Order: sequence, then C-alpha cells, then structure tokens
Amino acid sequence: MSTRTFGEPVKRNEDRRLLTGQALFIDDIELPGMLHVAFLRSQIAHAKIIRIDVSKALQRRGVVAAYVAGDLGNYWQPGPILVPPPPIAGIVFHERTQVPLAKDKVRHVGEPLVIVIAESRYIAEDALDDIDVELEQLPAVVELEKGLAGGSALVHDDVGSNVSAHVRQTKGNYAAAAAAADHIIKRRFLYEHGISSPIETRGVVAQWDARANQMTIWDTTQAPVFVRNGLAGMLGLNERQVRVIAPFVGGGFGPKIMMFYPEEVLLPWVSMKLNRPIKWIEDRLEHFFATTHERGQIHDAEIALTKDGRIVGIKDVFLHDGGAYDPYGLTVPINSQCTLLGPYVVPHYDSSFTQVFTNLPTVTPYRGAGRQHGVFVMERLLDFAAHELNIDPAEIRRRNLIPPDAFPYNNEIIYQDFEVLEYDSGNYEPVLDMALEAIGYGTFKDEQTRLRAEGRHLGIGLACYVEGTGIGPYEGAKVQVQSNGKVSVATGIGTQGQGHFTVFAQIAADQLGVAVVDVDVVTGDTDQFYWGAGTFASRGAVVAGNAVNEASKVVRKKALKLASDLFECAEEDLVIEDGKVSIVGVPGKFVKLGDLANHANPMRGAVEPGTEPGLESTQYFGPKMGATANGVHAMIVEMDPRTFDLKILKYVVVHDCGTVINPMILAGQIHGGVAQGIGNAFYEKLVFDDQGQLLNASLADYLLPTALEVPRMELGHTVTTSPLNPMGIKGAGEAGAIPAGPLFAQAIEDALDLKGRGVELLEIPLSPSRLFELTRSARV
Amino acid sequence: MPLSDFQIAKKRFDFLTWGGGRLILRERRLAHGAELRFDCLHASAMKPAAFKYKAATCLEHALSLKAEHGDDAKFLAGGQSLIPTMNFRLARPAVLIDINGINDLAGIRPSATATRVGPLTRYRALQRDATFTHIFPLIGEALPHIAHPQIRNRGTIGGNLSHADPASELPAIALALGARFQVRTATQQRWIEASDFFVGALTTDLKPDEMLVEIELPLPKPRTGSCFMEIARRRGDFAIVGVAVMMTLGERSECTKVSMAFCGVGETPIDAGSAADVLIGGAPTEETIRDAAASVQTMIKPGGSVHATADYQRHIAGVLTERALQTAYQRARDGH
Amino acid sequence: MGTDFHDITLSVNGKQYQRRVESRVLLSDFIRHDLALAGTHVGCEHGVCGACTVLLDGEPVRSCLMLAVQARNHEISTIEGLTTKDGEYHPLQQAMHDHHGLQCGYCTPGILMTMTAFLDETPSPTEDDVREALSGNLCRCTGYQNIVDAVMAAAERMRG
Repeated sequence: MSTRTFGEPVKRNEDRRLLTGQALFIDDIELPGMLHVAFLRSQIAHAKIIRIDVSKALQRRGVVAAYVAGDLGNYWQPGPILVPPPPIAGIVFHERTQVPLAKDKVRHVGEPLVIVIAESRYIAEDALDDIDVELEQLPAVVELEKGLAGGSALVHDDVGSNVSAHVRQTKGNYAAAAAAADHIIKRRFLYEHGISSPIETRGVVAQWDARANQMTIWDTTQAPVFVRNGLAGMLGLNERQVRVIAPFVGGGFGPKIMMFYPEEVLLPWVSMKLNRPIKWIEDRLEHFFATTHERGQIHDAEIALTKDGRIVGIKDVFLHDGGAYDPYGLTVPINSQCTLLGPYVVPHYDSSFTQVFTNLPTVTPYRGAGRQHGVFVMERLLDFAAHELNIDPAEIRRRNLIPPDAFPYNNEIIYQDFEVLEYDSGNYEPVLDMALEAIGYGTFKDEQTRLRAEGRHLGIGLACYVEGTGIGPYEGAKVQVQSNGKVSVATGIGTQGQGHFTVFAQIAADQLGVAVVDVDVVTGDTDQFYWGAGTFASRGAVVAGNAVNEASKVVRKKALKLASDLFECAEEDLVIEDGKVSIVGVPGKFVKLGDLANHANPMRGAVEPGTEPGLESTQYFGPKMGATANGVHAMIVEMDPRTFDLKILKYVVVHDCGTVINPMILAGQIHGGVAQGIGNAFYEKLVFDDQGQLLNASLADYLLPTALEVPRMELGHTVTTSPLNPMGIKGAGEAGAIPAGPLFAQAIEDALDLKGRGVELLEIPLSPSRLFELTRSARV
Repeated sequence: MPLSDFQIAKKRFDFLTWGGGRLILRERRLAHGAELRFDCLHASAMKPAAFKYKAATCLEHALSLKAEHGDDAKFLAGGQSLIPTMNFRLARPAVLIDINGINDLAGIRPSATATRVGPLTRYRALQRDATFTHIFPLIGEALPHIAHPQIRNRGTIGGNLSHADPASELPAIALALGARFQVRTATQQRWIEASDFFVGALTTDLKPDEMLVEIELPLPKPRTGSCFMEIARRRGDFAIVGVAVMMTLGERSECTKVSMAFCGVGETPIDAGSAADVLIGGAPTEETIRDAAASVQTMIKPGGSVHATADYQRHIAGVLTERALQTAYQRARDGH
Repeated sequence: MGTDFHDITLSVNGKQYQRRVESRVLLSDFIRHDLALAGTHVGCEHGVCGACTVLLDGEPVRSCLMLAVQARNHEISTIEGLTTKDGEYHPLQQAMHDHHGLQCGYCTPGILMTMTAFLDETPSPTEDDVREALSGNLCRCTGYQNIVDAVMAAAERMRG
C-alpha cells in the first residue's frame, strides 16, 4: 500500500478539534488568579498629553492596577525595527517605532495611554471612565500631499518633516527611452487596501511564575520565535526562561506578525510586576485602531510604448501612507515597486516613492502587502494603452510577457528579501491562455452585445501578476519518530488556518512511509522549536515545508541505516512503508519504525560518537531569495446601469505556484484570497475624517464580503517548479488577493462602456455610490 | 484648544451601524462655540456598563417599572438594537426591563378590517405566518432585507418601531400601510397614527413612561399591489434608500390611491405619497412615473453616509420610485 | 449602584446548570467562561459576524446580543453538543471536513450552529438558499465556496 500523499487532496489533521469546538484559541486560556486588561486609548489622532490621572480608577472595587508610560521606568522604549531598510543606494529612512504607552504625545486614534488591570474585563472597562485625561489637540496629518507640504503639522517633530522614507530604484534609462517611444500614457492612480479584520482579534496572555522563574506568553502572533527573543531581552530574562506559544489562531493575514505591539510588550511586564497571570483580548472596536492596517498610495505613473503595444518603459512616482510609525521598514512600498513589473518585459523602469508619516494607525503588511497597489498601476496602464492603441487587452498583455526561455529573469531592482528581484521560473503564456479559455474570452463580445440588446450590461476583466513568495531568512524543523511509531514534527512558525498540521505531515509522511494522520505537527511553540522567523510573505510551505522535508530525509536515512545494520543487508534492499521498514520482496522480515526508534535509544550500550540517539533530525532551510508564483484572474460582472449595483457572474483564477503539496488546501487559500480581493475592490473602505478619526469602526460599516458577495470561483493550475528549493514549491497564500482591483475597474468600465464615454476608473475601492459620482460627467 | 475631562473636540461623527439595528451618534453642543462635548466610543469598550435587570411578569408590571424609572430605564425586547449600543457603552440605562416573558405581547390577530400585531412578535414569526405575509406582502417582501436570520429570530416589530432608526424598513412600511399604534402607560392608553409617531432620528412620540403595546395594520383594499425595494451595500445591511409602495386600482385599472414611504432619506421615514398624485385617475405611464420620481427627489432630505453620498441617495430614490411604482402596478393589475 | 446578581437555571446541550450571574454578563461570555464551553467564539460583540451563534430553543441567535440572565429556563445548544455521545460527527461536521469548509476554524462553530438549524428547517435547499442562510456568518479565510459545498452535501446525505 503506497503512502505517497504529495499532490493529493489529503483531508486535514487539525479539523476534528476545530469542528468540535475543542481547539485552544487565546481567549480560551483560563488560569487561576488571572486578571484582565483594558486599555484607555486616545480618542484623538494627534495631541500633546498634558495630564493623565488614574487615581479614581484605582479606587474602584475590582481594579488592581493602572499604569501610564512613566510607571514603566526603563522598560519603556520604542520597539525594535523589524525590517531594516534594504540596501538600496540613496535610500532615506527615518526610523520611528511604536511605544508601549504614549508619552508626551499621541500620534493616532487608539494609541494606548493607560493600561488598567482588574478582576474582569467588564470592571476594567468601567475603570476607563474614571480616568482623567487632558490632551491638547494638534492638527492631524491625514492626507499625504498635505502632509508633505510646508507648514504641515509633524507626526514626529524631530524628523523635521513627515517623510518616513524615500527610495528610488531604476533600471535602464527611462527618460531616454521614453523620448524615443511612439506613445506615452500618464495617469494618477489612487489605491487603498484595507484592514485584515480576521474573525478572531488579537490577544495576549502572560504568566510569570516567580518560583519556576519562567515566563509563559500565549500570543496570537505569526512570529513566536522573534517575539520570544525580543521580549526576553526587554524583560531581562534569558531566552530559555521565556516560552511563547501561538495557540490556534483565528486568521492572521499579516498584521498578527507585526511584533512588539504595545500589548505584547506590556502584558508580560505587568505579570511580573503583579505576580499574576494577565489576559488581554482585543475587542472588535479596538481592532480597528490597535492592529495595523494597510492603506493607500497615490501613484503618478506613466508608460511608454511602441505603437504595437510593447512596453518601452515605466516611470512611477508614488506616495505611501505608512501611518504613525514605521517598524516594518519599507516592505509594503517596496513590494508595490517590485510587483508593478508583473510578468512583463519592462526594459526601462524608474520608480520612486516617499513613505509618509500620518496620524493614522501604523501600516504593515496585510495579505498582498503592497503588491495590489503595483499590480493596479501596471494593469490599468496596459488597459488604457490597449484602448488608445486599439489593441485587445489580452493581446497587449500577451505581447509583453516574459518568454519562457528567459528564466531566471533578472529585474535589476531590489526586492523585500534584500536581493535583486529575480524571477526563478515561470511560463506565463499558457496561464493566460487557460484563463482566457475558462472565462470564455473569445465568445464574450458576442454574448455581451446580445445581452446588451436585452438591456443587460455585462463586462469582462483580466489581470496578470507575478508574486514574490517564499523568502528567507530560513525556517527549521525537527522530525522525530516516537516509540509508538508516530512521527512528531515541530517547526518555529505558527499556523493561522493554512493547514500546516496537514501539509507538513504529508511531507514527513511521504519520506517516512507513515500515514498522514500518524504525523503530529506542532507549530508556534518556542519550547518545542527554538528557531525561526514566522508566517508571512507566502513562505510557510516553501521554507518550513522544505525544512520538514530535509529533516524527514535525514530521519529516513537514519532509519534505513539502522535497519540495514539490523537485517545485515544493503540499504538499497530496504523499503519503508506503512510505518515499517522491510526487505524488498520479503514483507515478513520487517521492523516497525517505533521499534527502530527504541533500538536507537538504548538502555544499555552506547551511542556511537558522532551520532545521536533516536530517530530524530533537526534541519534548516534558508533560500537565498524568494521564488516567484504567478497567475491570471478573469471576471465577468453584470452592472445595473442606474443603481451601479454589481453582481459577479463568473470568476476564474489560473495559478502557478510550482509543485503543489495539497491541492485542496491550495484551492482554499485561493478562494479566501479572492474573497479578500473582492472586499478590497468593492466593499471595504476605511473612512477617516480630516482629523484622523475612523468613521466606520464597526463590522456593520466596514463591509466584509459575505456568502452573497463572493461568487463561486473556478480554479485552474499550471506548474513550473522552482529551482530554488528541492521540492520545487512556490508560495500561494496571497495570490488570490492581489489582482482584484484592476479586474473590477476593467470589468466595470467594460460593462458600462465607460472608456467610450470619457470616464476612466483610476481608484480602488469602488462602490455604487462612488461609481455614480464618477460617471456623472460621462457622455451618454 | 485645550481639552479636559475626556472632552473631545470633533467636527462630526458619522453613522455607526451593526446587524439589524442602527445608531446615529449625534453631536450635542452644550455651549455655542465655546466647548463641544461628544459622547464617543472609547476605542476600547465592548462590554456593557452595569445596570439593574428586572424581568417583567406582565404588562402592568412592565409599565409600572417604567413609570418608576422613566428615562433611566429601557425595555429589553429583542435586544438586537439595544444590546449592541449597550456593548459599545453608548447606551447606559440604569435599569433594563425585560419584557420577553410577557407572552400576551406577542401574536398576530387578524380581523375583518385590520390585523393587530403584538409588539413582541419576532420578525421570524411574521415571516413564518403565511396568512400574514399573504395579506401584507409589503412586509413579507421587506423581511429578508432586515439583517439576517439570527437577528430575525430575536428582533421584534415593536422594538424596531420604537427604536425608530431612520434607515429602518418597518417604520416606512408602517407609514405606507397607514398603521396605527396603541401606546400605554400604567394608567392610560392612546392611539397614534404612524405618521405622528416618528418625530426624529431615533426619536418617537413615546413619553418616558410609555410602551408601544399594539400595532394595527389596516387591511389593504382589494386590487392593491405593493412593492418594497431597497438598495443596500450587502443584503441585510441598513438601507441606503428603501421604498414601500401600495397602489390600489379602480374598475378600469386606473390608480385610485397610492401610498409611498421611504426609509434612509431623512431623520424619519418620509411619506412621499403626494409625489404619486400625478398617477391618480389613470394607468401609470412612463412620463407620469418619471414625474413622480422627480417629485420624490424634491421631498426627501438624504444626509449621506460613509456608504453613499446624499446625491447618490437622491438618485437612487428616483430609480426605486420608478421601479417600485411599476412593480406595484403590475401586481395590482395581475395579482401578487 | 452595586452589582446586580440573579440566580438562573438553564439547560445547555441537554445538561442542567444552576448559576448566579451578574445581570450585564453577555450570554457569550457566560457560556465560554462560566460554563467553560469555549467552542462558541466571540468575534465582534455587536451582532454582525455570527461567530457566537448558538441555538436558543432550537433557533440560531447571536449570543453576544443576549444577556446570560435572559437564558433562564431556556435550552441552549452549542457546538459541544453537536456530536453524538460517542463523538460521531453530525453530517454537516463530516461534510465540512470532507469539503475543506474550514481553515482557521474560528467562525466554524457559529456556522455549524446556524447551518444545522437551517438544514433541519430546509432539507432541500438550493445553492442560493444556502448562501442566503450563510450570509449572517462572516468568514475571512474560506471565501465560503467550500462551506456551501459542504452544506449541500450534508443536505443530500441527511435526506437519505
């Protein structure tokens, strides 16, 4: 019986606990003597702190403590820079990171001022009313261009401006090339991404055990190892004294990998101070302010082309809203800058951006992490070029695709992994063809005309993208055969629903000839695995998966060596399957893996020098650079031309993420990403007033798509394996979310014949009301 | 400008909505110019403040409790609008009078001239009552737009009407149907027309000691067609604009009566029946329907929101008027 | 004002409980923390996301919009009561597993409670019926497609 599961839609190991309500999420943790936290958060975006008086709060029954910044002493410090600026010539970067509690100044609505600890969350919230706060309001920096203009208020006075960073990257010589080009198109684009809004908000539970001298922190983090290291340092403890556990996490999507959030930094300190376990669970209202966002960019972009639609070059100058602090460096705008190039040959490129400090919550990566913005600019420029040059939109893309023999393809600019952006492998034209076929591109025009005669307005959209995935630095995995024959796998990253308990089990199961259900995977517990980076940038399967594979291969080798010694035969004569090692052709002569493991861990005798007991191995995988996945999305919508209501009739995704470990889990990732893309394009919008107050801070007004807004999706797949890792896999977690913006813009323009009527859609998100406003000047 | 004691200067505060209930947070200017005081969200408070809970055993008990506590007490019916506001700590009643145990307050009682509905009747009960939705297809058509099944299992018609959210469907429908409400205190009762009941955003004519105890819906005349239509961002969200139309035809299929009311385009539901006067006496034509739509657009005062500009609301009101009048006419002529 | 406590008796998953609750404690918090039935999850506390859905006398309701004290003398069903005594799956649980209808699993209990009640009432739904019934439960991971497939498959199996 074969146990080969790689590439099979194996059902998930983790489901039972989740389906029966037995999985441990952060708020499920109950510890004796546990106290509860609420934060008093600033109601104003920008203000000087004049006075905070907590004395009345301390008198309330059930309140145990309340601390302000001054109470933290030396513990109060700005958080570490998480991603330093990449090695790009001429880069400007002003590092200003978030603080545990605001001191002197608040810089965004929701920034915490006071931490209150009480017997229950209810009482802690009661105590917030008791606190006297005096703030002197300052003008808020909300709009990017105004923030850079002279005389603007300054988010960080000592920086002297609201410039967080400035980066320029070039390839070739755009100015010269554009001067000789046949055609130039210039537009201003506005792209806003939204918030992650997972159904589970964030939370931290900290338990300091003074007698065991041990700190345990449960945290909804995507990066438990880094959090452990940083907090240990801050708390003055050895790393070994701190255990960070990411339990089951109800959705991450990026902002849960932002580290050294104020709450993460404060809870352990409070626990040590009060010698009690402490719990904080972010409520939904807090989530709109206390967890990081992605937001907007303004692009002034131009594309130079030949008259047959070949790209000569692109120039793009953009502003990026970074929020009040910049702990995550430049990851998001660099992704925009790099991902703009897409699957196309762009001989000349001149891209510069300014990351702007604003009095709004900090921006860090959220599924797509800035790629959306870049893809929107490129795809829209190609659409306008197609229209002006009278070339079919699919055809203009086809003409510019990087040919399959050009890989690895060097884009000559620096990516978020600090390496030159190089596409490892890809074959783009078949992906485009599959998508066109699946959406019925060839017959759509006739269909559209026919239905228009019946008064129905259908439109089609198409978008291509390349996505950098699977970046380093590294991940590790420990694989061990236990005496009961089951295999245990531990890795340092966390899991937020991506199926790691199954995918990593498949990898180990295939190497070790056991059933997937007999592989027990532990993720996100720093006591179980010491080293790692985290779950982000579509890298879990690629990097940790390869580490699991490497460790499993070593264990397999050990098992075979042991068995060959035991049976006194050659390793080539052995086979491992069904949890047993046996001699080929002699199934009666076997040893169970568990027994082999015991054999390798003797009660008497010695372990040979240079070997280890047991059947165990820890291996690491560190790709030098990221692998690139790619895809094409296509969509048909129907518009109500009077109400601008939109209905998606058909949505197609064709995707190439290299070798696929579990197609069922992959499809789930695409579905979820597309749903978030649909939300981003047409439903989700953060509405701030001119003083930085979020006006729609609830799930009734920040509109996540429901089962009625997300259509059935049809998925297609091609494979170009990655040469950058032994399994040939590429990441897939963010792909679904990336191209929705240009897709919607195109399809809506097509359905309402907007280009012909003098209206272009240059912004995301859209909505029926916004479309009404934008088309008021449209020709009939 | 210096601030103190948690007073926060803000220019405006927009809609805050959730589920099936909605709340408009309004600025309350205490002193002209000098200081602005707003009751705002804490940006971190989602458990209710403390209150005294009293389960009313019968209507008299509920009313006497309300008389005792006045504005310090609120009735708890479905809770689908009240509890979210309490979780946000925007509403902090000192006393909560739970009326869910008063079974007499629920029920649908048809008669020859009208159907009387108890205020505690859940939306779900209305949806499930085939006789009721047959008599009042306007309500049957609107119910799927009200939030979601879980909300409809608890929310009540009386709670909805008493909450008087400007974007809520049922107040507009009550206007279109010409509903009457019976209102009681511990010692008195009175009847009030729906058109007099809704006086402002989240404000009804109910006095501090009063409860809405019965909703009387006159039976639609024969040859009446109705249509409820709504534009919302997602199904179940608050209406950007909603319209309820009732059209009655005479022997020659000519319009004899049209009532039309809107939600979402004013502080209260808007009675726009007079905009349809142009239809009376004949069959609707494209021109008369367009005229009615144009009239509607002058009668409404949409405020705009984070989801839609006021101009879009006005535009939609016109579109929905046309479509709803056409549909109501077809249904009046051909049957529902 | 002082705190306001009430003694309540209620049945949860067929088992009787007697507790003293403060009047303002939400049913969601009571179930999760007082009764230690943490399978019901909290996502928003304003009645939108549906993660907290439980059955009240067989009907799906949002437990974040009820006070614990209101559950007095009622029957509550939570996800912990969905499997049989022997731990066997409800057909919808099995279908969700078969069709990969969950990823992070946080919204799943609310969806299971909503949709099992839905299937009891609507044994032969169309896909549109299912999506409409599901529209009061937000999922951020799955894009809903596999959940819809799971519900349709469970419906078919339950029809026998």
